[in-house]
Amino acid sequence: MLQDYLPIAVLLILSTGLSVLIVALGHLVGPRRPSARKSAPYESGMQPIGPGTRRMPVRFYLIAVLFILFDIEVVFFLPWAVTFRQLGIFGLIEMLIFIVVLLVGFAYAWKMGALEWE
Amino acid sequence: MTFFEDPVVFLSNLIQDLLVGLNLAPSVVTFFMTLLGVVIVASFGLIAVIFLIWLERKVAARFQDRIGPNRAGPYGLLQTFADIIKLITKEDITPDNADKVAFNIAPILSVVSVLLIWAVIPFASGWIGSDINVGVLYIGAVGSFGILSVLMAGWSSNNKYALLGAFRAVAQLISYEVPMLITLLIPVLLARTMGLMGIVEAQSTWFVVYAPLPALIFLISSIAEIGRTPFDLLEAESEIVAGFHTEYTGMKFGLFFAGEFLHAFTIGVLTAILFFGGWRGPGAETYPVLGVIYLMLKALGGYFIVMWVRTTLPRIRIDHMLNFNWKLLVPVTLALLMLIAVLDKAFAGTALYLPALIAANLVVFAGLMVALRQLAVRQRKERKRFKKRPVAKPA
Repeated sequence: MLQDYLPIAVLLILSTGLSVLIVALGHLVGPRRPSARKSAPYESGMQPIGPGTRRMPVRFYLIAVLFILFDIEVVFFLPWAVTFRQLGIFGLIEMLIFIVVLLVGFAYAWKMGALEWE
Repeated sequence: MTFFEDPVVFLSNLIQDLLVGLNLAPSVVTFFMTLLGVVIVASFGLIAVIFLIWLERKVAARFQDRIGPNRAGPYGLLQTFADIIKLITKEDITPDNADKVAFNIAPILSVVSVLLIWAVIPFASGWIGSDINVGVLYIGAVGSFGILSVLMAGWSSNNKYALLGAFRAVAQLISYEVPMLITLLIPVLLARTMGLMGIVEAQSTWFVVYAPLPALIFLISSIAEIGRTPFDLLEAESEIVAGFHTEYTGMKFGLFFAGEFLHAFTIGVLTAILFFGGWRGPGAETYPVLGVIYLMLKALGGYFIVMWVRTTLPRIRIDHMLNFNWKLLVPVTLALLMLIAVLDKAFAGTALYLPALIAANLVVFAGLMVALRQLAVRQRKERKRFKKRPVAKPA
């Protein structure tokens, strides 16, 4: 069972190692002539004003919250889809109720304007 | 079993016998065989990406009535190698005040997240890195690391354009993850397993016949997921320079680039496996080599569609992009999932099964078209009202 994951672990180590090697190679082979202008953040030739990391508009946050809602829902769906036949008619009705509850929340978010992008 | 029937199993048996003959412990032999298989899968992915970049540049050139790369080597085949040499010999710049750890991890993560998907891809009957029983969940989980790499790159660069790209990535990539995961559920529902080998084996009739609309939605949301035109808002060059990878130079930029191309091809492979029967085809059970050829042809077909869309459509606006996802794809995929579940329960095993599923797809598609048409009519009326307004004329 756990042995199935050995190739994945090996692939993880191998691909990480390979990518690190490529980055390191670029670091070693490339020239290095640092200057203040070159390492300044690129702003199309203008002098950068203020810090590069800014506050985030709340719209993106709303989208992220909606995503978490649906993502967790999909995690519940996956085992249901696998054992769909064994669960019988009960499993179907149960999941339909679940989806309807979810859709009510989704309709509320829609109505409240969480999906509007002005 | 001869070499021509199944060269991989033949050779692996040969090597295994050789290792056992050397009196190594069984666990060491297992580890060595795993390592060998993984090296083959990883190098296949990395070599494939070199030729995919060439292929994409050639195809895009033809779409735009150009010739494309034709100087380095025959038909420009060595162009990518020349590009790699150029990228490696470029200066590696880290901007001031950048978060150095996250800045350097991000490109590595973007390649690793795509290569990890290849561990569960069934190339042919019996040729698979690891046939885990949660394959679809694994693809969803590993694919999400790509989003993380985009976010890390944008946030750590200390650059406003990069940060804007990262914000857009949050909005776009995670939004389209939802319909993609729900459409992934439909093959799982039809095959009753999450293992990719099981899904391929269940497709004596391709799932695209049962579920054409989910296949289409999967392809659309996957194109959004790799951030390609028309969904390339996160690196829109005419608006925010290069988006999240504005500050990256040399081979670190190259890794993002390679990761994107490999991801695009992986999308083709996944579409082929989930909806177009994977390695299945005439004679693929007896000769697995044929299975690999079938899978690659189907995957290249999917990849060609991705390229076609990329070279044909312009970039869409951010509010259109989000509306298309949340107000159209998400409700439609949920409705399709419920419909297919109900119909599967009602008609499974009967002759009506296939016609019922096709009819359900058609009904949802027709409903979609009617709704879209009404929306277009309403918008046209609004535009007309706007035109009738009095306009100030210069004296």
